[in-house]
Amino acid sequence: MSKTAIIIGGGAAGMETASQLARLGIEVDLIEKQSRLGGHLNSWDRLFPNRRDSKEVSEYLELGMNDGISLHMNTEIDDIRMAGERFTLALRDGNELYSDALVIATGYEVFDARKKEEYGYGIYDNVITSVELEEFFRNNKQKNLFEGIQSKRVGIVHCVGSRDEKAGNLYCSKLCCVTGVKQAIEIKELMPDAEIFCFYMDLRMFDRHFEEMYYEAQEKWGIQFIRGRLSEASENPDHTLLVKLEDTLTGLPLKMKIDLLILLVGFVPSPETQRLAAMLGLKEGDDRFLCAADEHTSTNSTAIPGVFLAGTVKGPAGIANTITDARSTALQVAAYLK
Amino acid sequence: MKVEGKQRIWMDYQKEIAEDHFFYVRSCVRQNFFPGSEKTFLRILKSELQKDIYENPSHTTCSGIGYHTDIVPFETAMTMVARQFALMTEAGYENFTTSCITSFGLYSEVLETWHHFPETEEKTREFLLRATGREFKKPNNVSHASDIIFRFRKEIRDKGKYKLVNQHTGQPLRVVEHIGCHYSKMFPSKGIGGAEYPYVLIGMIEDWGGEVIDYPERRHCCGFGFRQYLIQANRGFSISCSKKKFDSMEPYKPDMILTNCPGCPMFLDRWQYAISEMEGKTYGENGHGIPVLTYEELAGLVLGYNPWDLGLQVHQVPVEPLLDKIGIPYDPEMKFKGADGQDLGKPESPSFLKFYFENV
Amino acid sequence: MKSFGYTISEDRQIDFDANDRNMTGFINSIEPSIRLCLGCGSCTATCSAGHFTDLNIRRIHTLVQRGELQHLKKEIMKCMLCGKCQLVCPRGVNLRNLILLIHSALEKSGL
Repeated sequence: MSKTAIIIGGGAAGMETASQLARLGIEVDLIEKQSRLGGHLNSWDRLFPNRRDSKEVSEYLELGMNDGISLHMNTEIDDIRMAGERFTLALRDGNELYSDALVIATGYEVFDARKKEEYGYGIYDNVITSVELEEFFRNNKQKNLFEGIQSKRVGIVHCVGSRDEKAGNLYCSKLCCVTGVKQAIEIKELMPDAEIFCFYMDLRMFDRHFEEMYYEAQEKWGIQFIRGRLSEASENPDHTLLVKLEDTLTGLPLKMKIDLLILLVGFVPSPETQRLAAMLGLKEGDDRFLCAADEHTSTNSTAIPGVFLAGTVKGPAGIANTITDARSTALQVAAYLK
Repeated sequence: MKVEGKQRIWMDYQKEIAEDHFFYVRSCVRQNFFPGSEKTFLRILKSELQKDIYENPSHTTCSGIGYHTDIVPFETAMTMVARQFALMTEAGYENFTTSCITSFGLYSEVLETWHHFPETEEKTREFLLRATGREFKKPNNVSHASDIIFRFRKEIRDKGKYKLVNQHTGQPLRVVEHIGCHYSKMFPSKGIGGAEYPYVLIGMIEDWGGEVIDYPERRHCCGFGFRQYLIQANRGFSISCSKKKFDSMEPYKPDMILTNCPGCPMFLDRWQYAISEMEGKTYGENGHGIPVLTYEELAGLVLGYNPWDLGLQVHQVPVEPLLDKIGIPYDPEMKFKGADGQDLGKPESPSFLKFYFENV
Repeated sequence: MKSFGYTISEDRQIDFDANDRNMTGFINSIEPSIRLCLGCGSCTATCSAGHFTDLNIRRIHTLVQRGELQHLKKEIMKCMLCGKCQLVCPRGVNLRNLILLIHSALEKSGL
């Protein structure tokens, strides 16, 4: 009997791992708890660094979903048992699935901005997250973002829920900075007379074309960058927001009125990732993301033979890196199953 | 604003407030600034709520003022606190309640220190025994007097004769609430609602019919501190802190300010006078300023006590505009008369902050 | 007005909305390269005058962007227009022109 693999999680990582394994002739079961594939990719409008339509990437991933892959949508896992080199998955609906290899691709969630109550998410009007902004761009291309808002000053807050001991996350979520700069440009495109401010601690424009995007944001679009972390947002009598921060480059405290505040929320490991890790006894780092067998040479396997990792279960990562990582996982799984 | 969002925050910080049998310790200076407040608190607890509340005349200061000014070392402060607890133990009480918010902060701090460093508690017992021959038990519950009023706010409302509603417009009064820093900024878990959204005064205002104002400098300190205030030349910093609050709350048009600390109402009340004399600027309507009340005074007004029995005549900012809004009757002629009706003289009229009745 | 022995301290918080940013607009429109500044401080590090006077070119041009013009004139006088700042700037901000524009704007506004 030929060996099979089960992939848990139908986001970008899960889909790409599945399609690559199917290409290599390996039978794959792909389990997804929601009713559609794609995970967080379904929320994004345009992807950095070139602001291309995320639907093009979704389509590419969909192409790989061929007959060699058994899709199990709306499926949740109750238990996983290991016997020798075989895995038995007990599903919520009572069925069971068996395989010789397991790929954990259950990804991440975004930080719950209500935990940073001083920023007023869920309390004041006109405080939204970067995810909500992306969804707005994706679904409402023709609508006015500033409908119902008086004048046009937008503030973008970096590091919400990341690099923050109080939020319980010391790590950097890596991709929020470039998201903030990208969204600043996109808002300015939509509303050319808006004044847009990015409130940052550091600007982590680490990948190819990111720094150039920052340059473009300043030179072409006039986005203003103020280095200082928001201490709090309050509400003015007219329901606009008043933000307080230190303008560290001048060394003075600063307050300004903002009409729309966008919080760049970071990555946290998804509860599903943590649940499966506990079930299987997988090692977690201090940041609660999962650990691979070796940080440099073996980033797709785990200490448990037959259990592999793909995508953001290991930490914050962008779409491009996730797809590459998934291919790497597929290769490791194929070698293991031979 | 979605108020439920704010209310979610205060739910995280709940604490136990004792129900009866209180040992009461007074504030060092509060009776100078707000002479009626502590008396009103005792009156409300005894007459309205039929509670057992006891104070020992030989109780002293907790030395909070001295401690926070670096004059009294912490070991001495701990010993003085221990003596207060000894008096409480000797009188057979377990529930400790303080009039002053700095006291509350100090008692909380001392109890926390003893909890985390038991050797300091041992040492303190030794010091107290040697100095006074007394021994003590730690209280079961330490609550601030405003916590107790908060706990019985619904009873006070039900017995009350007046609501915090503007009788001319029918709208709830717009109230600014101000918490003493030592209440919950030091130990958020010791304050109802924590440090971010302290609920103790909000609960009172809402249950008594008023509306709470949320303004940007809400959490800002009034500037009392102790160190900076004691020396005259340093008071510029203190007055600037209060002024920043006033400038921030002004556009929201508050009808009054409610506080729960001895120092804060003193500052927020008196600084309005000082600012008016130094810069000519007044807040509130018609140059009358924004009245500042302590929670006991407000509870007394809600229950229908005579404003002059509450000590409101001593306030720098005239309280009469507020009394007229609520519809509380008062006799302007009796404002500056003594208990037997004798004329006590009248204060000098300020340059800019107007008296309500010029000829009284 | 009375004095009680102390003065009310001035609030040093930048009130962005209250500040007059007309000078900012004037300068930015004529010398758009100023928008490229990323606050690295290379200019200030190399500034000849900055070692012996309180001239901090990075700081004062950032203050101009915020509309904080209080001590601008006194500080900007210390610049000798040597141009070392411009030589070293990684983003290519035309700092000498910026300084000349500040002088011009100060003159225009009678400050």
